Amino acid sequence: MNKTITYITFGLILILFQQLIFNNINLFGYVNPFIYILFIIYYPIKNNRILFICLSFCIGLTVDIFSDTLGLHSAACLVLTYLRPVILKIAFGLAYIHQVIKFQNIDFKNRFVYLTLCTVLHNFIIFSLEIFNFLKFSYIIEKVFLTTLFTVFLSLIFSYLFKPSKR
Amino acid sequence: MRQIIDFFVRNKNFILFVFLFSVSLTLLFTSSNFHKSYFLNSTNLISGNIYEFNKSIKDYFNLGKINEDLSLENQSLRERLYNLTLKNQQYNVFNARVIKNSYSLTNNYLTINLGAKDSIKNDMGVVSDKGIIGITDRVSENYSRVISILNTNLNINAKLNNTNFFGVLNWNGSNSNILQLSDLPKQINISIGDTIITGGNSLIFPMGIPIGIVSSYKLDNTQNYIEAQIKLFNDMTNLNYVYIVKNNNKKEIIELNE
Repeated sequence: MNKTITYITFGLILILFQQLIFNNINLFGYVNPFIYILFIIYYPIKNNRILFICLSFCIGLTVDIFSDTLGLHSAACLVLTYLRPVILKIAFGLAYIHQVIKFQNIDFKNRFVYLTLCTVLHNFIIFSLEIFNFLKFSYIIEKVFLTTLFTVFLSLIFSYLFKPSKR
Repeated sequence: MRQIIDFFVRNKNFILFVFLFSVSLTLLFTSSNFHKSYFLNSTNLISGNIYEFNKSIKDYFNLGKINEDLSLENQSLRERLYNLTLKNQQYNVFNARVIKNSYSLTNNYLTINLGAKDSIKNDMGVVSDKGIIGITDRVSENYSRVISILNTNLNINAKLNNTNFFGVLNWNGSNSNILQLSDLPKQINISIGDTIITGGNSLIFPMGIPIGIVSSYKLDNTQNYIEAQIKLFNDMTNLNYVYIVKNNNKKEIIELNE
C-alpha cells in the first residue's frame, strides 16, 4: 500500500514535469518528449493488474486534461499498460518468465530495447489517433520516429539520474 | 450462469481494458465536437491556475519584448481611434493575455485570461497586434478557450486586399506559419506578395484585419479555383497580449436573416 502511494506521487511529479517543461520544448517546431510514460514503464512487475490499469488510465486522463486532448493520452497509456507483459517478454526473455528482473540493475542494452519498444508503441497510438488519417502515414511515422528518439534519450538520462531506491 | 461468471472473472483485466479504452475513445471523439465536455478542459480551475502561475514566472524573461510590442500597438490604436469618431460604435475591444498556447498539434487551442465575468461570449473574434488569432469557443467564469487558426476544423472567410474576391482560409496541419486559402475564382489577378485580409461577410471579425501574404499559389484539383499558400504576419508560437472583438450588431444581423 505504502509503495503504491510512493508510485502515485512519482506519477504526479512526472506529470508536472511533462506539462511545465517537456511540453514546451517543441524541438524542430513540433517534437515533444512524453516523459510521463516512465510511470508505466517502471511500475513494479509484481502488481495488482486491475489497479495498474486504472492508475495508468488516470495518469493518461490527467495529461489529457492539461493538454486539451481528451482521451488521447489515456487510450495510448491503456494500450501500453495492457501490452507491457508482452514487451517485457520480448525485451527480457527468460529473465521475465522466471520473475527475476529488477529495474534498478538491468544492463544498458536491455533497458534501451525495453524503453524503445514501449515508447514506439505509445507514440504510434498517440499520433495515429491524433492525426487519424492513414493517408498521412508517412507523416505519422516521421513524428513517431523523432519523438521516440527524443523520449528514449531523455528517459535514459532520467533513469540513470533518479534510480528508484533499492529495497 | 456459473460459467458466465467464471468467464468474467478470468478475463477481468481484458474487460476492464476494453471498457476504459472505449471510454477514452468516446471522450476523444466527442470532445472534437468542441461543445461537449464542459468541465474537463484547460479552462477549469486547477489547471488554469497552474498555467497562470507558470506563465507569471515566464513573464519576467519576456518583459522587454512585450513592452516594445505594446507601445507599437498603442500607437496604431490611437491613430485608428482618432479616425473613427465619425462612425457609431459597432465593435468593442477587450484586451486579454494568452496563458496557454499550443501550436504543435493538429487541432490547437489557446486559453486566455478573460471569461464570462468580463462579458466574453462564444464565437467572438480574437486578434493580436499583427493579425488574427482565432475564435472563442468555450467560456468559463474566469477563462476562455480559443480555437486557434492553427486548427484543421476552423474555416475563416478572407479576401484579397483591394478586391472583392473571397476565399476560405483553413489549415492543413503541417506548418504553423503557413495557412491555405482555397476557393478563389481562377480569373482573378493574384500575385506572390499580395496581402490577405479578413472579409466583411463574417459576423465575427471586422473587415480588413490583415492576415498574411501570398507565398505561392496553384490551381486546385478541379482546375476551377485557385489555392494559395498564405504566410502569416503573426508568429503563432509567440503570443502574449491579444484583443477580443465583440460585434454589437451581431444579434440584429442574425435576427434579420432568420
